[in-house]
Amino acid sequence: MAIKRKGGAGGPDKVELNMTPMIDIVFQLLAFFLMTLNVVPDEGDFNIKMPLAAPREGLPDDRNLPPIKLRLEADSNGNLARFTYNGQPLASAIDPKTQQPDGGFADLQGRIIAYVGNDTGPGGVGANAEVELDCDYRLRYEYVIRAISKVSGYRTGDKITKLIEKIKFAPPRRKPNT
Amino acid sequence: MKLGHRKRELPSAEADLTPMIDMTFQLIAFFMVLIRFAEAEVSEKVQLPISELAKPPQKAPENFITVQITADQSAIIRGNEVPLPSVPGLLAREVEYLEGLPTRPSPSETTVLIRAHKDALTGDVQQVISDCQKARFEKFSLRAEYDAGY
Repeated sequence: MAIKRKGGAGGPDKVELNMTPMIDIVFQLLAFFLMTLNVVPDEGDFNIKMPLAAPREGLPDDRNLPPIKLRLEADSNGNLARFTYNGQPLASAIDPKTQQPDGGFADLQGRIIAYVGNDTGPGGVGANAEVELDCDYRLRYEYVIRAISKVSGYRTGDKITKLIEKIKFAPPRRKPNT
Repeated sequence: MKLGHRKRELPSAEADLTPMIDMTFQLIAFFMVLIRFAEAEVSEKVQLPISELAKPPQKAPENFITVQITADQSAIIRGNEVPLPSVPGLLAREVEYLEGLPTRPSPSETTVLIRAHKDALTGDVQQVISDCQKARFEKFSLRAEYDAGY
């Protein structure tokens, strides 16, 4: 560190520090952090409790609720072509955000809310009910996440109301020979 | 006649760098707090589907591995990109890696974080989950991008 001393005869010594190397290093650090900064959007998880319809272990379900079966069929492009709830087709409505048909997801959530009702406590319908997703191989994965979102709950403002927590996949369908 | 030349002392301009150094330290502190070395692997090849319910968890699972599935039918595990049929081999190596850790978590205690591209085939995701089950993994989490709504 270069230290200069200045002082006249009889006067106190003035110590001057050369700050240039420190400023150099500080700018180097700043450039490093600017280059390594990576803005990553927030990510969250959906937990699958019993994937692939595996046999259940542990205590049997006291309420013996049959699983709600959702069938998602895909067209040749992987888009959702047909969506049924326990065999009944779901009605497609216009999504207010995109102004496009939503494929039946709003109807799905309405039926789940009607099914669960106010029984969302620990031993309630929401905690014991189960949804089984039966999807075509070619279906694009984003439709699966949309279905899981609609089934798991809904958000009003900052509050999240949970609906059904147990989600599983039906055994995978065969890969098409294309 | 002797003309005496007096040296004129030109006024020197000295810039006070203190505020600039202060701001620079502030910026460094800002970036040091902002920078997050992601706990889970994140690949630019994988664009997650968006969900308003996928709120970031309070804390990451204690033991986890990340399996990323791209839209062109390949999987990325610990930075290695392989075609989907090679996933069981990589998972076997992950199980060996877990056994080498000090806590030696078993596969059944380890969560598999599935980060699949929104355009990936559902059947491919199910196939990867099936391969993980064969490797004795039991806990799965499907990752989605959080839509905060603003």
